Amino acid sequence: MARLSDANVTLAREIIGRFPRPKSALIPLLHLAQEQDGYVTDEAMSHIAELVGVTPAEVYGTASFYEMFKFEPVGRYCINICTNISCQLDGAWELLHHAEEALGVKPGGTTADGLFTLEDVECIAACTEAPALQVNYRYRYKVSHADFDKLIDDLRSGRLGHEVPPHGTLARVRQHVAPERWAGTGTEAQAKVDAR
Amino acid sequence: MSDTPSFHVPGLVPTGPKMITSRFDQADGHTFDGYVRTGGYEALKRALTALTPQQVTDEVKTAEIQGRGGAGFPAGTKWGFCPPGVFPRYLVINGDESEPGTYKDRLLMELDPHQLIEGILIACYAIGAAQAFLYVRGEMALAQERLAQALNDAYGHGMVGRNVLGTDWSVDITLTWGAGAYIVGEETALIESLEGNRGMPRLKPPFFPAAKGLYLQPTIVNNVETLSNLPWIVANGGQSFHDVGSATSTGMRMFAVSGHVNRPGVFEVPQGVTTFRQLFEAPEYCGGIRGGRQLKAFIPGGASAMWFFEEHLDVPLDKPTVDKAGSMLGSGAIVVMDETTDIVKACWRIVRFFARESCGKCTPCREGTTWLERILARMLEGHGRPDDLQLLLDVCDNISPGLAWPPRQTTICPLGPSAVSPIASAVKRFPHEFEAYVSGTATPQEPAHV
Repeated sequence: MARLSDANVTLAREIIGRFPRPKSALIPLLHLAQEQDGYVTDEAMSHIAELVGVTPAEVYGTASFYEMFKFEPVGRYCINICTNISCQLDGAWELLHHAEEALGVKPGGTTADGLFTLEDVECIAACTEAPALQVNYRYRYKVSHADFDKLIDDLRSGRLGHEVPPHGTLARVRQHVAPERWAGTGTEAQAKVDAR
Repeated sequence: MSDTPSFHVPGLVPTGPKMITSRFDQADGHTFDGYVRTGGYEALKRALTALTPQQVTDEVKTAEIQGRGGAGFPAGTKWGFCPPGVFPRYLVINGDESEPGTYKDRLLMELDPHQLIEGILIACYAIGAAQAFLYVRGEMALAQERLAQALNDAYGHGMVGRNVLGTDWSVDITLTWGAGAYIVGEETALIESLEGNRGMPRLKPPFFPAAKGLYLQPTIVNNVETLSNLPWIVANGGQSFHDVGSATSTGMRMFAVSGHVNRPGVFEVPQGVTTFRQLFEAPEYCGGIRGGRQLKAFIPGGASAMWFFEEHLDVPLDKPTVDKAGSMLGSGAIVVMDETTDIVKACWRIVRFFARESCGKCTPCREGTTWLERILARMLEGHGRPDDLQLLLDVCDNISPGLAWPPRQTTICPLGPSAVSPIASAVKRFPHEFEAYVSGTATPQEPAHV
């Protein structure tokens, strides 16, 4: 399962086709790999390297710069609590400490059942709704300690399955352009420049 | 807990029309039908059928709209920096909103994605772009989802792609996104990321994006809020836009006010005429400092900005006035701290952010921000040393000589000097709070490390 599946290779080719140069698709393809396996595997990075025509080391070089990419398994749900300035002023550390106790892990840790990974993250652009968190990049605003406990309960029981997909899935709607609608102006013009 | 954000768009000031938040309270404002029903894509039609690209550019120049991403550079002037006759050109949309305290681009992308798309199309037409790349912050799943749907619908209805609106003009918009790196909000780092690389800034010169940007071709990088204003400007004319706000800061603008106020929120207000005091105190806006307490300090334009205090309350939200007062409006991120705020802790948290987010390319930033964080952390933990305050300032001086405003740079991009702003502000104003931690009269805290 670690190389991209056939369906994902089709998606990957579609994504690559929307850029004048294939390497520009690297980050979206890494997200696709993370969506497939929950984290980015070495095999997926090698496969992506083949697809965009660079070395696996170049893929890892790019991937390792970005915080969202995980290179080993994480929890099914990543709970990212913002502790940056606006949230700090409104109880973010208290919420983080509560979360540590409730889950029994420190930031960066994953619960033994593999369900939850806790992170202490930077500003998530919800500053007026402090303290805020994201679970698999879905927002929860003005989170009290009781709210947090209920959130964990709901996730554990699967009650939020429809709303919060497993870690790795971002948008559930993908860009798709019918070939006859795609102008191709950028790709064609860049190909001429590159050919010179 | 709630999963709906609060944003307030009061009709407080008669001179302030809703320019970009008009669909925020419309349940289907994010859909194609909801957008078209409320006048959407009319400006694009006007641009393509009645105006030349130069005329569109002239309208935007007349509007004098300042970029809403942080630097505040006039968008029309920026467009003019593309070297004539060099093609292909690209438009890159910076949707990587992540300056601490900033919260407005995400709302624009989630609640009115078609307005942004229409703005992108207008900009592409004006600058002669072959293709646009819409780069959304990785952590914003809903924004990505809404934009993907909106783009699919816009392509389907002939607004984007081959022969836009049946004309002979064609352009593509590619939706792409990041994966967690604040530095990618810097335009040359964003371009690196868009080329599939580590998001490290490029040296300017020679890599000014308008001359040598994406694939070393002329590239305009514009912020989401800036582009979201274009449909209004084209529909109503640049002069009408210029008539709102002050002569030196035109138009309406979104400000997020967070922290210790009664009603934190995102407000669209006329620039120039509204003051910080009005924003904090008026019942239509934030309704005063929480619990009737005193204001201690506030950040006027994001974590990178110098702090303001009580004496700055009557400064209007006007770029040159705020610049002259010693800070910046930046990305419209205002954070209010009341008298109970632990200044050293606030300072440490902002510095930890920059230490974490330094890309590591330039030594003063990579080493300096980490040093600053460690010194502040040990102060908070009660292990501060007598000369730590001086050491802090020395390290700051090595990152940004003279601790001046606007900051001097020893680095390729402004991230390093940004970490200096909170320290320079806080140490000058509240030296006793730092001394209290060093001398052991303040109760030690337990900060979490980088």
